[in-house]
Amino acid sequence: MRRFTSLLFAGGLAFLLFSLVATLDFGDPPMRIGSGILAQAPAQVGTANIVTAVVLAYRGIDTLGELSILFAAATAAGLVLARPGRAVSAPKPGGFVLRVGADLLLPLLVVIGLYIIAHGHLTPGGGFQGGVILAAAFFLPLLASPGREPTHAGLSLVEGLAGGGFILIGLLALWQEGAFLEPLLGTGQLGALLSGGTLPLLYLAVGLKVGAELSALLARLMGEGHDVGD
Amino acid sequence: MSEWQSWLALLLILIILCSALAVLLLKNHVAAVAAASVVSLALAVLFALLRAPDVAMTEAAVGAGLSSLILAFGLRRLGLWRIGAEAQEKGEDD
Amino acid sequence: MMLAIEPILYAGAIGLIAIGVAGMALSRHGFRIVLALALAEAGANLLLVLGGFREGGVAPILVGGGNTASMVDPVPQAMVLTAIVIGVGVQALAIALLIQVKEHLGPIDRQGLRDAMEADIDRHAGLPLPESLDRPLSREGER
Repeated sequence: MRRFTSLLFAGGLAFLLFSLVATLDFGDPPMRIGSGILAQAPAQVGTANIVTAVVLAYRGIDTLGELSILFAAATAAGLVLARPGRAVSAPKPGGFVLRVGADLLLPLLVVIGLYIIAHGHLTPGGGFQGGVILAAAFFLPLLASPGREPTHAGLSLVEGLAGGGFILIGLLALWQEGAFLEPLLGTGQLGALLSGGTLPLLYLAVGLKVGAELSALLARLMGEGHDVGD
Repeated sequence: MSEWQSWLALLLILIILCSALAVLLLKNHVAAVAAASVVSLALAVLFALLRAPDVAMTEAAVGAGLSSLILAFGLRRLGLWRIGAEAQEKGEDD
Repeated sequence: MMLAIEPILYAGAIGLIAIGVAGMALSRHGFRIVLALALAEAGANLLLVLGGFREGGVAPILVGGGNTASMVDPVPQAMVLTAIVIGVGVQALAIALLIQVKEHLGPIDRQGLRDAMEADIDRHAGLPLPESLDRPLSREGER
């Protein structure tokens, strides 16, 4: 009975959604806000990647809220998982090739992550994608040699500075232009690396914050645990 | 979309739906995590076909990479990490 | 032969949501419920991106002074961008809670968890355990 009602609910949900979209063409009717943003963004914000303009300029407060949710989730996971006073079982260290490979990959990953963040307003990419790559870079040495203690203090510092920087730039815009997170410093030339005003700085803050948060989360989750296959 | 893109999208949709069913039906938890990763990867290619390169990059990095890592660590801490012959033994506890 | 791709794409997104919801309702194991939640999330993201897509559109990135009129809608893409990252945070939180539940109560499948929680509540309330208790207690009784 329970299975039947659950399947009926899922099927009904699918039917409802499908009947909503079945008669519509793609992108029809067009959203007025989307076409308005498309028409105005290159002149107003000056970024070649218009998704970046939406994420950081038109919906900047949305992104701030998203960062807050991520911060809350990471903090809550850390709180739930942190148990002081329990002995850490010594995990097996990785082999020589693994450790050297991890050390070799670390600078390359950091460079790629920073490149993706820095070009977020020009090409596909940006703070979220680059931040995840940075998280992988910071986490890689831990994965290769598990005995190494993760520097939670340093990660928290980076995270706090990045979050504070994001809000500070927003407040500066509020003071200068009268609107929170309004782009400052002019638009620059469209398509140049130094264009889009403060948006690259904001994306850098987003990237560092996402990277620090996710790598701290991974380190916590890895923590002390059962060994593989035991 | 041009014609080959349509066929590619159809193939990707099929891959996504089959892997999603596999996530729910596979007995082994490690295999289920791998199937979820396949869903994310095919979804990333589909996003690229749908003219959303930003979303495609995020889905590939987060959904197929980081999320699988988190789920794998969760499996290890839950004591459910069993591969191959060990997976045949019945029992959920350590 | 030209393929009618629109209903197929919509059916894919909605099918993914339906599989995720059905999996959440039907799964017995806690870990499987987290996986089903991730599937439903992916389906919702795909549906949002499809809502902004349009036939013959180009990606919303200016290349060499192209015009913006033919671009697809950037607003759903920006929303999905943030939704994906939030999704992984929620997933990590769910996994952390599952780990704690496993360490404090023992089983994480639906029936075992219900029994363990009832036994736990009874023990804290000082109630005597029922006589016909043929199921394992939380930590003492190893199966």
